Amino acid sequence: MIQGLAVVKKSERLADGIYSIWLDTEIAKTAMPGQFVMVNTHSDAHLLGRPISISDIRKEAGQIRLVFRVVGYGSRELSEAKVGDSFELMGPMGNGFPVDKLSPETKVLLMGGGIGAPPLLGLANKLKKYGVEQVSAVLGYRGETGGLFLAEDFKKFANVYIATDDGSSGTHGTVVDAVRENDIQADIIFACGPMPMLSAIKKLAAEKGISAYISLEERMACGVGACLGCVVKTKKVDGHSHVNNSRICTEGPVFEAEEVEI
Amino acid sequence: MNTQVEICGVKFKNPVMDASGTFGSGIEYSEMVDLNRLGAIVTKGVANVPWEGNPTPRVTETPSGMMNAIGLQNPGIDVFVERDLKFLENYDTNVIVNVCGRSIEDYVEVVERLGDEKKVSMLEINVSCPNVKHGGIAFGTDPHALEEITKAVKAKAKQPVIMKLSPNVTSIPDMAKAAEAAGADAISLINTLTAMKIDIYRKKFVLANKTGGLSGPAIRPVAVRMVYEASHAVKIPVIGMGGIATAEDAIEFLMAGATAVAVGMYNFHRSSAMIDCIEGIEKFMKQTGIQDIKEIIGCVV
Repeated sequence: MIQGLAVVKKSERLADGIYSIWLDTEIAKTAMPGQFVMVNTHSDAHLLGRPISISDIRKEAGQIRLVFRVVGYGSRELSEAKVGDSFELMGPMGNGFPVDKLSPETKVLLMGGGIGAPPLLGLANKLKKYGVEQVSAVLGYRGETGGLFLAEDFKKFANVYIATDDGSSGTHGTVVDAVRENDIQADIIFACGPMPMLSAIKKLAAEKGISAYISLEERMACGVGACLGCVVKTKKVDGHSHVNNSRICTEGPVFEAEEVEI
Repeated sequence: MNTQVEICGVKFKNPVMDASGTFGSGIEYSEMVDLNRLGAIVTKGVANVPWEGNPTPRVTETPSGMMNAIGLQNPGIDVFVERDLKFLENYDTNVIVNVCGRSIEDYVEVVERLGDEKKVSMLEINVSCPNVKHGGIAFGTDPHALEEITKAVKAKAKQPVIMKLSPNVTSIPDMAKAAEAAGADAISLINTLTAMKIDIYRKKFVLANKTGGLSGPAIRPVAVRMVYEASHAVKIPVIGMGGIATAEDAIEFLMAGATAVAVGMYNFHRSSAMIDCIEGIEKFMKQTGIQDIKEIIGCVV
């Protein structure tokens, strides 16, 4: 883990309020899909790092991609970044999606809701490199107002299914609805998105008798496990305090769904 | 040039340490920060048994600062000694263990347990956490309660005792005097200011605990004033903290009367914050012709 300056190499708007930037950073050397970085703003009034998941990694080029929604001061500043601008970054933090148990025959299902889709893109890319062939990606969006950002990128690595809240594309409903409608088979699920979606996926996985690994979000201060700000109730005794309150930044952000009380 | 300071017979290579709760027990930052360079490591509060802490959200950003209501989640003294203290034995720096509890007995149990731990240089007694319902701040806002717990801890402690004071009181000098009269070896201040933030769109409190402790540069001028008042009210050494971000900030606290300083929330912003302070103090001393850091401690009266 390091903290240092990262230089913007590319910056683009993907949809209304959704932006993508590629950054030159040492962090790319060791980053894994599912990990995140803390991005500092340039303002003395906004001092906490913004936890943003790493969307894609180019190890050789030393670059990482962040895809994010503008929700407040920090993400707005990042969205206005121009090529050549620099931001202070800390990372890579947390544990990525566990892929060590996958074999080329494993049927993998990626489920991303809204701004939860980006961290799964890097995973899809990695699975392709690993030779995992049966990868489905179910992506949920608001619909016409929000755009289907990153859906085209996912098509390079996976069979893509869409679900929209307004029914303007794909299944009219949730990502879980889309899995049922298309009768998608899977041995393992990797997911990221809003809490109600993750709860539904936890149930879906239990019903199918398969494992689901979900990436959680919480307000963070340090990002390194020191402040104990971002905890989630876990079935197992946690690694730090032994009180079943695991740190999302350190023991997560990816957890096996069965292990967390959501 | 001398940057060394001494508090209750304990020598510090420089006056810079972390504020309890903002640096874990050093383990969490050890990949990025050379712990050997710090004057001391002040650990996150530890109780006699593990504490779960509060529900989330526990933290939120505020203008030039943050609020927290962690509620002192901690692994308890057994795990702390086995894991955290053992880890810290590998480093050449003082260890100050921050002790929390729900009752005087809880505090004393931890203090006694640490008595034979050679790596522990000092104890800091947390009587000022605003985020727990029992113990914590209850002891730190009433001079009589503060005296009582200070006496009880001092009766059993084998290491020098620092009482960490709350700013949420009417008179800081009165609290400082109460701690001194009861036998405290030193005091540290300020802990966080009790605060509140409301999400106007959800019509709800931002923190699950409703209130939280405010820290960061936003509170610095308040902290400087209180450190000044406290250090002029008592003869025992004062460790100053509250929103320190840079060497200039640290020097301000030293000039106000603090013998040593702690960096808190700013560690979250920049992991090198304490190292930057240490280097900046040396630079300031060189530039302004100060031979010994003691020359600036309490120099503004």
